[in-house]
Amino acid sequence: MPTAEKTLDEILSLAAAHFKVPREKLSPDEDFFKALGIDSLQTLDLLTKLENHFHVELPDYELQGVTDFRTLAGKIQARL
Amino acid sequence: MDSSAKGKTASSEQFKGQALSWQVSRGIIEVTLHRTPCNELGSLSLDEFEQLASALDHLEATAHALIIHSEMQSGFCAGADLRELYTRSQAMEKSEAVRQVRTFLERIHAALNRIDASSLTTIAAVHGVTFGGGLELALACDLIIADKSARFAFPELRLGLIPGFGGIPRLKRDIGNAVIRDLLLTGRSFNATKAQQIGLVSQVVSEGEALRAARATAAQIGKFDRHTSATAKKFIKPIPHEELRGEIDVFCDLFARPAVQAGLKRFVESTDAQPYLP
Repeated sequence: MPTAEKTLDEILSLAAAHFKVPREKLSPDEDFFKALGIDSLQTLDLLTKLENHFHVELPDYELQGVTDFRTLAGKIQARL
Repeated sequence: MDSSAKGKTASSEQFKGQALSWQVSRGIIEVTLHRTPCNELGSLSLDEFEQLASALDHLEATAHALIIHSEMQSGFCAGADLRELYTRSQAMEKSEAVRQVRTFLERIHAALNRIDASSLTTIAAVHGVTFGGGLELALACDLIIADKSARFAFPELRLGLIPGFGGIPRLKRDIGNAVIRDLLLTGRSFNATKAQQIGLVSQVVSEGEALRAARATAAQIGKFDRHTSATAKKFIKPIPHEELRGEIDVFCDLFARPAVQAGLKRFVESTDAQPYLP
């Protein structure tokens, strides 16, 4: 199982690549809606990308209120 | 409901509407959804789906398959047009709003039942958001082919409603009740891989490949005798008419409750970054 830091790093890289944002501009505790400039439908797109990448199933109600990459990484880490 | 959008069809072989278009090639009817932002189903879409349903009477004589897909980047279909539903219901007495909702549901059920019962083999080629009415449209088809970006949900309970376009009876026809309860009662969404695991989706393909895979499947289907295919479909895929009618009654009963107007208002006026999450 990857470490929490590695999971977080992969999420940042994946989000940066998919939404075409420079990786170095994303930080773990940042609000990913603002950092990526995404709306609710794009958030679902990100969720699908993460599920496919990490081979996990993450019910979207678990993401209610989650806005930063680090907390998001914790949710995924808990299902690896 | 408004029917002013009717009459744009050039012929049954080809149609260009505001919400959807279709064309026929090599026995395959390709229906393209193209209403911004994500093919929300309202009165305009209904008018054009009714035209498609009528055209099937002629098209079934020569075609063997029908593919429904979306050209919108965000997905196949985000479901019912909740803004239209809310705006219209606010402009009239509650009893009249319920009556009009029932009429709308009966019309959309008739159109989807026509697609469901078509002698053609029907394929929904889906990607991205396939929510609520969008999932119900896909469920009316014989096969669902999804690309890896696809995401499925019945989020209606957050509005105090149930799916109203035939979703639950059709889902019950196709997959296990435990999964239906999970989808319905939590409002959660799931991806294409999960959808294939539970038997909702028959093929999962790479992103952007659903339409190509649907075309290849439709071409394969065209190799077989049409009468046999239609007979097999009729045998294996009965339309749950009684449950579909019951669904309309339940939906209309729930729609009359104040909680629904509050839920619709909350959704329409939401500035939350995650209004699609239950």
